Parts: sequence; C-alpha cells; structure tokens
Amino acid sequence: MYRYDEIDREVLADRVAEFREQCDRRLSGAMTEDQFKPLRLMNGLYLQLHAYMLRVAIPYGALNSAQLRVLANIARTYDRGYGHFTTRTNIQFHWIKLRDAPDILRDLAEVGLHAIQTSGNCIRNLTADPHAGATADEVDDPRIWAEAIRQWSTFHPEFSYLPRKFKIAVTAAAKDRAAIRIYDVGLRLHRDADDALSFEVRVGGGLGRLPHLSPVIRERLPVRHLLSYMQAILRVYNRHGRRDNIHKARIKILVASLGAAEFARQVEAEWELTDKAAIDLPPTELARIRATFARTGFETLPAISTVFEAAKADDRAFARFARNNVMPHKQPGYALVNVSLKAIGETPGDASAEQMEVVADLAERFSLDEARVTYEQNLLLPHVRLDDLPEVHRVLAAAGLATPNITLISDIIACPGLDYCALANARAIPIAQDIARRFADPALAERVGELKIKISGCINACGHHHVGHIGILGVDKKGEEFYQLTLGGSAEADAALGHVLGPALAADRVAPAIDQIVEVYLRERRDGERFIDTFNRAGLAPFKEVVYAPAH
Amino acid sequence: MPRLIRWRDGAAAWGEDALTAVDDDQPVPHGDVLVSLALFQRERRSLLGQGRNLGVIMGPTDEPESLVVDLPGLSVVALTFPKFRDGRAYSAARVLRERLGFKGELRAVGDVLLDMSVPLIRCGFDAFVPADASVPEQWTASASRFRHVYQRAADGRPPAFAERNDLSAVRV
Repeated sequence: MYRYDEIDREVLADRVAEFREQCDRRLSGAMTEDQFKPLRLMNGLYLQLHAYMLRVAIPYGALNSAQLRVLANIARTYDRGYGHFTTRTNIQFHWIKLRDAPDILRDLAEVGLHAIQTSGNCIRNLTADPHAGATADEVDDPRIWAEAIRQWSTFHPEFSYLPRKFKIAVTAAAKDRAAIRIYDVGLRLHRDADDALSFEVRVGGGLGRLPHLSPVIRERLPVRHLLSYMQAILRVYNRHGRRDNIHKARIKILVASLGAAEFARQVEAEWELTDKAAIDLPPTELARIRATFARTGFETLPAISTVFEAAKADDRAFARFARNNVMPHKQPGYALVNVSLKAIGETPGDASAEQMEVVADLAERFSLDEARVTYEQNLLLPHVRLDDLPEVHRVLAAAGLATPNITLISDIIACPGLDYCALANARAIPIAQDIARRFADPALAERVGELKIKISGCINACGHHHVGHIGILGVDKKGEEFYQLTLGGSAEADAALGHVLGPALAADRVAPAIDQIVEVYLRERRDGERFIDTFNRAGLAPFKEVVYAPAH
Repeated sequence: MPRLIRWRDGAAAWGEDALTAVDDDQPVPHGDVLVSLALFQRERRSLLGQGRNLGVIMGPTDEPESLVVDLPGLSVVALTFPKFRDGRAYSAARVLRERLGFKGELRAVGDVLLDMSVPLIRCGFDAFVPADASVPEQWTASASRFRHVYQRAADGRPPAFAERNDLSAVRV
C-alpha cells in the first residue's frame, strides 16, 4: 500500500489545525452557520436530518489494519457504534457532534486518513478496482495511477470551485469492477503491442437526474501524460461547464451538449498548449509511488490446497461461501475473500465497530495487512492463503460477516435514504431488508444467481439505481413513499441504463414485485443465462405483464 | 476607494489603488483608469499608448486570450468572482500568467473572501479587494498555513514531487 511520507503527513497536520480553528470560531459564535457551512463541507461534514454526518475518504478503497481500527474506534467513541460504507468506497459516520469533529480528524490523520474533498464542487476521492494488485486480469496496478491523481487533485488551486462535483475511477482490468462508465472521468489502462501502457479516457458519465454513460474521448493516452491531460479536461470543464443550473452543471451535460468529438477537440487544443513537463510526474516520483505498491510478502505455494479442498468437502456452508465469496488470485495458493456487509435483515454497507476490528485482525493475520472497500458496499481481504480460508470463514461467520451472497440477489446496494439523508424522498434501507429476507434461503439465492439490485432514495442516485439489473428509485407521491422499478441496467463492461417497468409501486408492493420478476426470470431463462441476459433477450414485456397484472 | 490588499514576497499589505474605475457609459478621463473589457475593446486606440497606467476588468465569461496582443500595455488585469464558489477566474488567472506571460498586477474582485487566499495566490493573483472584513495580517497567516503543495501552478512553489526529488532526505 501507499505509505505517507513526511510531506503527506504535514499536509494532513496543517489541514487538521486549520479545521480546528474554524470549528472553534463557529462554536464560540464568532462565525455564523452560513459562514461556516462552506468550510465544514470542505471537510466532509454535512448537516443531516438528525445530526452531523462525517464522510471520511478511503482513497481507491484501500485500508490497512491500523486504519480500520481507527475507523472502528471513531464509530465506538464518537458515533453509535457503527459506520456506513458507501458506493464511493468512503465511510460515513451519521451521528457526529460538531465539537468532536476536530478530534476525529486528528485521530484519522494519525493513520493517514482524512475527510478532504469528500464534499464540495471539487475533485472528490477517487475509486479504483478493488481487486487491484491481486487479480490476474490487470495490465498494471491501477492504484499507482490513482495515487498520482490523489496527490495532484488534493487542494488543487484551480479546480477547488468547479461547476459541480467531479469523480474519477480507474481500472486496469478487462472486467470493470469500478463502474468507470458512470464516472465524470473513467480511466482504463491498456498495455499496447509494444508493451507501452496507455489510458483509454472516458469523460462525461454520471447518474442522477440525467443519467449518461461516458463516451471515449481519447483511445490511447501515454500514461506519463496522465496529469497534464487531466488538467486539460478539468480546465475546459471549469471554464465552460454550466453554472446557471445545478442540475445541468456536471461535466456529462457539457460533453453531451458539445458532443464527445467537439469536447475532445477542445481538450486536445488545451492540452497542446499545456507545459506538460511542468505538470506530469517525473519518472522518479512515479517509480517511488510504484514501489510502495510492490507486493513482496507472497509465499511460494502450490495452486491447489488440500486443506481448502477438504474443508469444502466437509462443510456445505463453507463450500457455499467458497463458491460465492472467494475469488481467484494471481498468486498460486492465494484467493480474494469478499466480506459481505449484506447480512439478511441488516442495513447494506453498515459495519459495527466490532466487525471492523474483526476485519482488521483478519487483514493483519491473513491478508498481508490489506483490506479493501468495494463500490458494491462490501469489504474484501485481497491476499488470503487458500490454507487459511477455513479459519477466515470461521471468524467472519462468528461476526456475521460471512453471508454467502456476493453478486446475488440479497447483495443489494442501498443509499442511506430517508432514514438519514435530508435529500431523500423515500427510505431505501427497509426496502433492501424486505427483499433480502425473501431470499434469505441461500440455496434459493444461488439458484437465482447473479442479480444486482440497486436502491436510491432520490433521483441523485447514490444507490446507482439506473445501473442495477433491477433498479429501485424512491419517489414522493403526495407525501407517500413510492418506488419506481427499472430493469436491465448494468454498471460493468456491458454498461447500460435500466428501462422503466411501469408506474411507481407503494412500499409494500416492492418486495412482492421483485418476487414476481424473479419468477418470470426463472421461467424464461435459458441455459446459463443470468437475469440480465434473459432481460436483454426477452425485453420488458413479460416482466411488466406479471407485475402490473390486475389483482385477482 | 475600495480596500486593496497586495501580496508581495510571501506577505500581504494594504495597497494604494492608483486606477480610477470608469463605467462603460462614461467618457474616459485622463490619467490612470480601470475599464471593462468591452470598453477597452471599443476605445482601444485612445486608451493605449497615452503613457498612462491602464487596467482591464474582466467578467467570468470573458476570455483572457482576447487580450493577448495588448497585455504588455496593461498594468492591471482584474478578474471577477461573481460568487466565491464560481471558480472560472482561477483558470483565467493561470492562463494569463503561465500561458500569456502577463507580468502586471492580477487583481481579484467581486465576492473575494479570506478563505480563498491559497487558491488565489497559487493561481497567480497578487492583489485582492476583499468583500469581507479581512485584513492583511489574516491573509498572510491564511496563505502561509500549508507547508506543502502537490501540484505546480502559477506561484512557482515547488510541488511535493519536486521536494522529494531535491531532498533525498525526506523522512518516511
């Protein structure tokens, strides 16, 4: 993992001191809430329905055990004993007192964590493939480039007051585990025939009121020019993005209104005039960052583990966990272990302080001190020896973290919704819980197979409903919570926006409708088809017919 | 006369504004004046080459590139922040300094607040007309708070990667 040096630590220390002074001015009454608001938002501190919410950045979703323990301690000391992992791979604490915020930031800084740029119209915390450094299907480690962007974008003086927020995702794998097409900028690394690395650059994706999947604006960008090219993209956006209408201020609207070709032309023209050598990282710095991600702790192991194979044969629950939550690693004898934060009946993405500590201990003992956060709101242990899987499973299961449902129907993405969020129209969490309970039988969930349900409590789409195989959007109908269903979305390489099924449903009709949709799928599916494949072949009609059939 | 703060050699101090602001529909008086880009473009011939100090004030949609040939004749370019959250002038400032080589005074006007000190200075501004009650001592303290920066901009500060390269002794 990247390790902070003295410069990185001093940046955080300076920020903590600044925010403590700002909080003191607010608490003493020297500053009004109106004056304080933009300053606290710069530090990820939102005022929500019941309390302050603090959003802590987890750059590209990577954590070590010390960081996880500090997050656990914050949950226990300053919150109500839990935190909420988000689709942006951040963690949110929903019950924060203003007077504690400076101490929390101090505690975070001790382990190189912070809340910088987790809100505001700036370049936000970026996301990357959670399998980085562990998967065989990547051409390079995307974290190197994510870290380069993290540093470059931190307190960027030109881009701190953009028309709207700006989010970047990076992957180096063929399979998209970072949802790059719904990001303002999505970067995919390629290794060309001559072994040179380049980026495919996509710009202008995003969900919300006007969802867009990003087009490619440059097929091949030599990796050494990443930062100067990013500056050109951001400068065109900062100068020409709309500022007259908050709903049309994201870069997706600029790209869509100019057309991808014209937007690309403007970026290239700006980039031509850029002093690239001044902006791009020198090879020495890239080598320094690269070296911090080099993994040297792997043992030479056989590809097959007799311990693992025997445990699967002995224990059906473990075998089910291995089928659904364990994924292949590039290193023989190792595996990636998904830690489900989707226990049946619980809040998707929530983890208690104790659970965070369990994962911290497992990361330290069994995963080379690394854990990851996924945008699907789960955690992941990236480097576990196959021999250790039975023990890891035992410990996870005892902590309620071994639900064998990764990518299955109960692995639901949900935003905090009206239970917490001031923007929401409807609750998301109870809907997710209702649906998960109907598919609590793991054999049933496995029979249904991969099915991604994504729930947002309002059109801002923090729950990614547009790109759910089944998307659920909470709407307000004359003061009552209703839910609009969409089918056929995807956030992956086959990215697509879902199609509206029909009129919005009352809250108590949502889970039964999901049952009906699943029944239609099981009836219609052909060999090996996932839900999304059946939908893409059969279309909306058979599903619509059943859900909106007149009651008998 | 607006209160003007100037930034020189890492410190802020009160400054004299020698320019008289002229409305677009007023006749241009003799002496040192600050005019809008529209007025400048209309009266360019009579404004330039009179041996006077001349300043141009630009709105957020005015393109700094439109001044390229005239920049050597200008002593001040003032960029407008309609709201502090409107960051277009930061890009305009960097283009003026880094691309067009403007060496005169770059002045921030409009909704200019103390909390903007770091990005303003980093993007090349060296004069501010604050809209809050802030004073130069506060600007000096606020702008000097961060010991390091991560990227090159118009202020010449070495970024972290250059510090690391130069100081092989940065402790880890």
